[in-house]
Amino acid sequence: MIETKNLTRSFQNGDVVTPVLKGIDFMANDGEFLAIMGRSGAGKSTLLYQISLLDEPTGGAIKIDGHDTHRMSEDERMRFRLNKFGYVFQDYALLPELTALENVALPLMMQDKSRKSAYAQAERALERVGLGHRLHNLPSQLSGGEQQRVSISRAIAHKPAVLFADEPTANLDNESSRKVMDTFVELHKEGQTIIMVTHEEPYAALADRLIRLDDGKIISETKRRG
Amino acid sequence: MPLNVRIGFFLATRALRRASLWTTGLIIGVMVLTFLNLVVVSGILVGLLEGAVVAVRTQYTSDVIISSLNDKKYIENSPNLLLLISTLPEVRAYTARYRQAGVVEANYKTRKDTDKPNTANAMMVGINPAKEDSVTGIGGSIVEGSFLTPDDYDKVVIGGYLLKQYFPVETPGFTTLENVGVGTKIRMSVGSVTREVTVKGILKSKVDEVSMRAYMVDSQFRSLIGRNDGNVAEIALKVAPGADPRAVRDTLLARGAGINAKVQTYEDAQPKFLKDMIATFGMLGTAFSSIGLVVASITIFIVVFINAITRRKFIGILKGIGIHGRAIEASYVFQSVFYALVGSLLGLILVYAFLVPFFYAHPIDFPFSDGILVAPLGTTLLRVGLLVVTTVIAGFIPAMMIIRKNTLDSILGRN
Repeated sequence: MIETKNLTRSFQNGDVVTPVLKGIDFMANDGEFLAIMGRSGAGKSTLLYQISLLDEPTGGAIKIDGHDTHRMSEDERMRFRLNKFGYVFQDYALLPELTALENVALPLMMQDKSRKSAYAQAERALERVGLGHRLHNLPSQLSGGEQQRVSISRAIAHKPAVLFADEPTANLDNESSRKVMDTFVELHKEGQTIIMVTHEEPYAALADRLIRLDDGKIISETKRRG
Repeated sequence: MPLNVRIGFFLATRALRRASLWTTGLIIGVMVLTFLNLVVVSGILVGLLEGAVVAVRTQYTSDVIISSLNDKKYIENSPNLLLLISTLPEVRAYTARYRQAGVVEANYKTRKDTDKPNTANAMMVGINPAKEDSVTGIGGSIVEGSFLTPDDYDKVVIGGYLLKQYFPVETPGFTTLENVGVGTKIRMSVGSVTREVTVKGILKSKVDEVSMRAYMVDSQFRSLIGRNDGNVAEIALKVAPGADPRAVRDTLLARGAGINAKVQTYEDAQPKFLKDMIATFGMLGTAFSSIGLVVASITIFIVVFINAITRRKFIGILKGIGIHGRAIEASYVFQSVFYALVGSLLGLILVYAFLVPFFYAHPIDFPFSDGILVAPLGTTLLRVGLLVVTTVIAGFIPAMMIIRKNTLDSILGRN
């Protein structure tokens, strides 16, 4: 479970301070599929970065499974990201010199798994998203949709507690976007917690709950299903 | 293997395997040039003097040189000493030289009484031509005419530094003979004895002691200087392959050769200025190498810095998905080591397979020596080690600088 209390994040440029998050109280339960929407500059990606431990808030508190993230050292945050979280970025964020299999296996190896075991686990994750035939392709040899599915495989291969997705379909055509979202829905059905930032209403509609942000504040929260 | 090192190695091998061949080639090319700068520049500097040392050894002193004591004109009891030398199994060949300072004169037939005589001070040397040639091979340095033979009568081989056409130096107090070539008659004066001789050959060498001499067959030279006791002034010894000149020197000294003569190895006999120059050039070589090392480290620093800057987003992603910064640093260190080792390996091949043999076969024609490339393996390997260590540090620092930047800023390309 992720919980934030009065979360703020400001950016300073010289003497100019720009507040982006202005006191967010937010909660994501285990097994939930949560969508965050809002217009550009509303602060939705910034919120995602705070709760996924990629950034540090200016104020307020974040608790993940009871752990106060404010007290975590950089090493602890890194280990948390490695072991508990999975990330899907808008631009896939694959390493260009690693094959699909190596991209997925890398975090597993960082978890001190042997290369053989990491590769086997990575192969299963890639097969799951329909890329069993693309294991040894470099990202440059894959389409955008395929790269995003490799990115999802990397995010889920180690069975993370939470999968964070930052506009995962923004760079994809309709067909590829649908495949990505089908994968998310399927993962969610299996109990995967997903927190996704999106611009697209139809994909947000697939989530259990929709949070809308504007001007750094939550302006609405809608439960879509059960 | 520690986890971060294992992951670093994994990342480095992939980065190197899939890097642009041009980029890799360029970086390795820089490393090869750096290696050559480290080894060849100082190697040539040292080789310049080494060429002079080798020339003095092969053409003048040979491996061991025995010469008269400072207060004597010749080595007393030379025949007994020569007998002793001939019994030493470590000595492969030797040559005994009579030696006395004198004057050579060229224009004595044509000059008027008012003209200045064209003379040059020379060291007159009497040799057994066959023995001398077997030890020093100076017969091969004849540039005009031919070398002496045992039955030559009133013939002389003259060193190039005594002739104006070979040594056009106008130094006060130093004169050379003009218009003298093969077949020209000159006068040799030793003490009060003067003899007219014919120039049979002209010898050119970069060793002063060889080029400032006039050589005659020993039997005639003895009569010129009036010596019948067989006492010579110099004996040069060539030792057998594998024999140590120092051991031969010590054996001779142990057998009493030091009573009437100075017994020195070619190293002992090196003039002090040459020893000083060798030390100075060695120091200069080290200084140039150090500059080369600094240039190499800056080059690698820039290369890795640019590489890390352009890959900052991916470094951010790696950190974002939980790859430890130390593992990423290790990957850059491995890449730097790879560049340094491959560059050094290619440099080693270039130096030992091509440059050293090439310069040995085709020495650089310096005015006072035939320069070779001196690259002792031990010193070279030490420099490889230095290059690798420097490269590792130069690769680590910029990588660390980029890796320490905020993870999200790196992912989003924010400053």
